[in-house]
Amino acid sequence: MVSITFIQPDGAAQTVQATLGDSVMQTALNNNIEGIFAECGGAMMCATCHCYIDDKWAEKTGDKSDGEDDMLDCAETEVTDASRLTCQIKVTDALDGLVVRLPSELA
Amino acid sequence: MERVVIIGAGQGGFQAAASLRQEGFDGEILLIGDEPGHPYQRPPLSKAYLKGGTVQALSLRPDSFFETHKIDLRMGCWVRAIDRANARVEIDGEQIAYDHLIIATGARNLRPQIAGLEHAVGLRTLHDASAIKASLVNGVRVGVIGGGFIGLEFAAVARELGHSVTVAEAAPRLMARAVSEPMSARFAEKHREMGTDILLSDGVAEIDAAGFTLASGRRIDSDLTLLAAGVVPNVELAKLAGLQVDNGIVVDEMLVTSDPVISALGDCAAFPDPVTGRSIRLESVQAATDHARMIAKRIAKGADTPYRAVPWFWSDQADWKLQIAGLAGPTDTAEELADGTVLRFCGSRITAVETINNAKAHMTARKGMASGVPLTRQQFNITPAEVLV
Ligand SMILES: Cc1cc2nc3c(=O)[nH]c(=O)nc-3n(C[C@H](O)[C@H](O)[C@H](O)COP(=O)(O)OP(=O)(O)OC[C@H]3O[C@@H](n4cnc5c(N)ncnc54)[C@H](O)[C@@H]3O)c2cc1C
Ligand code: FES
Repeated sequence: MVSITFIQPDGAAQTVQATLGDSVMQTALNNNIEGIFAECGGAMMCATCHCYIDDKWAEKTGDKSDGEDDMLDCAETEVTDASRLTCQIKVTDALDGLVVRLPSELA
Repeated sequence: MERVVIIGAGQGGFQAAASLRQEGFDGEILLIGDEPGHPYQRPPLSKAYLKGGTVQALSLRPDSFFETHKIDLRMGCWVRAIDRANARVEIDGEQIAYDHLIIATGARNLRPQIAGLEHAVGLRTLHDASAIKASLVNGVRVGVIGGGFIGLEFAAVARELGHSVTVAEAAPRLMARAVSEPMSARFAEKHREMGTDILLSDGVAEIDAAGFTLASGRRIDSDLTLLAAGVVPNVELAKLAGLQVDNGIVVDEMLVTSDPVISALGDCAAFPDPVTGRSIRLESVQAATDHARMIAKRIAKGADTPYRAVPWFWSDQADWKLQIAGLAGPTDTAEELADGTVLRFCGSRITAVETINNAKAHMTARKGMASGVPLTRQQFNITPAEVLV
């Protein structure tokens, strides 16, 4: 089992078990993580699955997909160097312990 | 307590319920849908699901979501009538009162009067897709009637899975209602390169257990025949209730029907195009979710800004992702740029941008359109290569 911790903007943390092969986005939906909406169902069309991945995990979560940066540009939440679309990150054994931070809604 | 009743638990109905809670609505929410199981998304039905995807991956949310958010989900439940005089809906043996009603009944497959229609399957529901998935074994011959998005996505998957595929389209080009001529041509070539027989300007005359016959007399033998000839909106309930219906359930710029406490959204709603003002009906995830969010905001917070969302759409066919930003009218012209981007024009105004595997151009278009400043050719950084009308 791979565990992933989701941290809300207010610091509240929730650690859940992820299924290999699912995306991090699916893992969040399956566990009712607030702040991930995934309106396009992972088609990289909506950016409502936007999260931050800490530097030390960046290598393990792999490169961004083609076009991911362009989609991120349209995110309605603040985009940083740590930004990723969680629908583009597949759960692998290497991600055990992954920390995913959720963006705050822009006012 | 205030109660919102939502008819139809598909993409838009689900989103309306979820957005109501997100916007802080604390009354009762009833989400009623006739399909069994859970609210699910349709786009993967003609894509990943047929290639070994799971039912679970289609689900919009797990059971616990509906519990946590106090959404009273009634699946397998058909709404028979809307009683506007008493503000209630009728389901099997029960009357449910509403303060606000949201009609999100979607659309169903068009089944034109063709002899032998019973031999053709459709692809709209999980039920349909599961049946199709089960029959796609051991190299069958697949015949697709209709060269629109769903027919072509299905054709691409069937080819990738090694089946032989023929697509017959009555119009002279593919996806004619939604994309420009150059895009239609490129997709025809793509499918032909994949080994699919693409037959144009040849509608179906008759279907039978062993295939179908086209208007030209040409015979297509098929083990599996998919009829993908478009959809009709589910408007009967609204019509019976005396709501205004014209191609869809007519709503105003606030997405309210001719009854001020009833809204309609998604595939079943005809709404004014924020750019041109003409009445349009879109069949897309974008329209269903953006409509739902706006209606939820209005009910929860009394927000009163009219609907203005920029339409966008995608279609995955083999390794090509077609993306469309904006909305072109049927007579809009097309200009193909050197990098393959197609700009659609109404006069000098760019109405839509069509791209293949080019997220950058797609996003540039979406952002530009959302900003309200007219798009220009220069934003796509390329000089016109060719002008096609
Ligand atoms: C195979 C397929 C592929 C697609 N691919 C894409 C794509 O790639 N991109 C894209 O943007 N869009 C795509 N779409 C379109 C998209 O799925 C629809 O536009 C979207 O589902 C519309 O949402 P909706 O809520 O309006 O309707 P639906 O999702 O159809 O939901 C309506 C629900 O209401 C139920 N209902 C109807 N009447 C009643 C009643 N009287 N009582 C109770 N329940 C009722 C219906 O059974 C249905 O479950 C695809 C559609 C299909 C079928
Ligand atoms: S779910 Fe839409 S971009 Fe990730």
